Amino acid sequence: MTKFIRKQRYLIDFTLSSLLRRKTKNLGLLLVYTLIVFILASVMLFTHALRSEAGIILQESPEIILQRMVAGRHALMPAEYLEKIGRVRGVVRKEGRLWGYFYDYATKSNYTMMAAPDKGLSNSEVIIGAGIARVRWLGIGDFISFNSFDGKTYTFEVKEILDSESELVSSDLVLMSETAWRTTLGVPEGYFTDIVLSVRNPREVSKIAGKLTLKLPDTRPILRDEILRTYDSVFAWRQGITFVLLAGAVLAFVIFAWDKASGLSAEEKREIGILKAVGWETGDVLHMKFWEGGIISLSAFMLGYLAAYVHVFYGSAVLFEPVLKGWAVLYPEFHPVPFIDGMQVATLFFFTVFPYTVATIIPIWRASITDPDTVMR
Amino acid sequence: MLLSPAILALILVSVTVSLMLLLASGFAIQIITLWDINSGSEQQLVLERRTYLISTLLTWAFVAELVSLLLFVYNAESMSGQFVGAMCATGVLNVNVWGWPTLFLKMIVFFSGAAWLTLNYLDNQGYDYPLVKLKYSLLLLIVPLVIAEFVVQLLHFQEMEPDVIVSCCGSLFSSESESVAAGVAGIQPRIAMLAFYVSGLAMLLSGVWFLRRKSGGILFAVMGVAVFVISMIAIVSFVSPYIYEHPHHHCPFCILKSGHDFAGYFLYIPLFVAAVLALGVGVISPWAKVPSLAASVVKDAPRLAWLSMALFAMVYAMSTWMVLSSSLTMQGVWW
Repeated sequence: MTKFIRKQRYLIDFTLSSLLRRKTKNLGLLLVYTLIVFILASVMLFTHALRSEAGIILQESPEIILQRMVAGRHALMPAEYLEKIGRVRGVVRKEGRLWGYFYDYATKSNYTMMAAPDKGLSNSEVIIGAGIARVRWLGIGDFISFNSFDGKTYTFEVKEILDSESELVSSDLVLMSETAWRTTLGVPEGYFTDIVLSVRNPREVSKIAGKLTLKLPDTRPILRDEILRTYDSVFAWRQGITFVLLAGAVLAFVIFAWDKASGLSAEEKREIGILKAVGWETGDVLHMKFWEGGIISLSAFMLGYLAAYVHVFYGSAVLFEPVLKGWAVLYPEFHPVPFIDGMQVATLFFFTVFPYTVATIIPIWRASITDPDTVMR
Repeated sequence: MLLSPAILALILVSVTVSLMLLLASGFAIQIITLWDINSGSEQQLVLERRTYLISTLLTWAFVAELVSLLLFVYNAESMSGQFVGAMCATGVLNVNVWGWPTLFLKMIVFFSGAAWLTLNYLDNQGYDYPLVKLKYSLLLLIVPLVIAEFVVQLLHFQEMEPDVIVSCCGSLFSSESESVAAGVAGIQPRIAMLAFYVSGLAMLLSGVWFLRRKSGGILFAVMGVAVFVISMIAIVSFVSPYIYEHPHHHCPFCILKSGHDFAGYFLYIPLFVAAVLALGVGVISPWAKVPSLAASVVKDAPRLAWLSMALFAMVYAMSTWMVLSSSLTMQGVWW
């Protein structure tokens, strides 16, 4: 065993010095390799962060959202539906929600307006998200005006700015009292946007949803688990699409690696010839060449992954944000929780190191069977 | 069909490995028909040189298979959120009929690959490659397995339909009745435990016999494979319920999670390695009579047997300890 390890150590030693002798060629390869790993790893880390962020946010949301449908479209929910639901076993809380969108001409962006009865806001006070505060240069105590549905202008005092921890969802949020909300957005008394229900036992959720559709046939229940499942597949799918689009880049890299490995310079060929002349076997040359590939792969993988980690978790993934997050004027600034898992690393390995290795096997073997006399002649 | 990177990677690996093996099998046929070690012809020289390429290709192919086995399990685990009723990897494997066959095929390919590489290693120790024709005939048997794995895995992924929100939720409630079952049927814990310890003892005895008498290597390998299978059943049947401290939770994958202190790795890694080594003993011990291989058989076979027994002992110690230190009490119910 020690003999084996010692042999490998000498091989690595030899390989490193031989790599350093051809700096420019190997640095070029390392750079391209690192770039490929960097791009793919960034996509993976970023979508994963978005996915887990969505999960964390939805943990707090109610189990069932009930929307009324009229002619296949989302319509206002009459308040008497709350009574019509009556007492459903397993539902611990049910309430009507008031929310909607507001287009602000000044910033050319949409705000999400929501009534928050539990915040104790007076009719002239609002709480705004950090994104709105940023684009409108607002601080606590400043005033903000909204044009109501009937053309009047109402001015509100900013009582609080939502903290940036939940910015992915609260960036464009405006919270106000119920009266202020109805006056601004024009939804009459007796109507809600939708109804939310909290269910204690997760196993009862779908049964309760079934009961609701029987009682109120013109509504559709949306389950939290359904939203989570959908997010999961949508993000996985986006990631997959990005990878398919990047397949061209990976293929180009594979061809590049093949070319580099098969285009041995006369000097390298002579080196292998001399090694074989002094007693190296084909197997030894193969080993040496694989250490070479291994060292380059490992360095590129680590460097690329590290760069991607910094890019995503410290640089907010500036390069792909618009593609993967969707399009919006009020960009949330969010700092995802750093996370690495084995599956990602294994997937990345198969997209980078594996193709590289497969592409270089045949060229390496060709080089290693060279006869000493043909190259030294 | 789902288009996530892990699935793309798994399909990519299967395709590449299948192609590598097809390439190798074309060469294998050449070797079987044309190989003649005593000939000094150009053709023989080319063949000898090409064996290097093939063994390198296959080493990589089987390493990739091993990593893809891991990735397959991780991927199943991570997809469990996308199916109604699937709590973990088990649920995802139950999504359609191809899930479990894919997993088993991956394991079989891994073991046959490991056995083949051991034989290849042994053969390379002899100056005259005495096993070369046998080796490449066996390789031809592995090729269909790899291709079957590719097909079955592709079907598994292709027939997956994630349960996402539809504009009218009606479909969700109708499909709930046939939502995936999350359970694995386990056999009676009492029987499993008896079989687990009896087979362990039998394997130990066969190992001691092999080390003292230098014969019965194949028996040892058979015992090793049997113990591997029985241990897997035992893990599902009674070890994992003790780890979860829940008498009805039999999942063989959840023990890999952080919530259970990654207990699964401490069982599966030694178990797989031990089984591979035992298989290795069976593969190399019959060749002690071949003059050019005798020296390495005498040197390597006992070594593999020792290591294999030590690792099996570790599996037994770990699972016994996990059962004893668990807070679950099943006296009077299971035994």
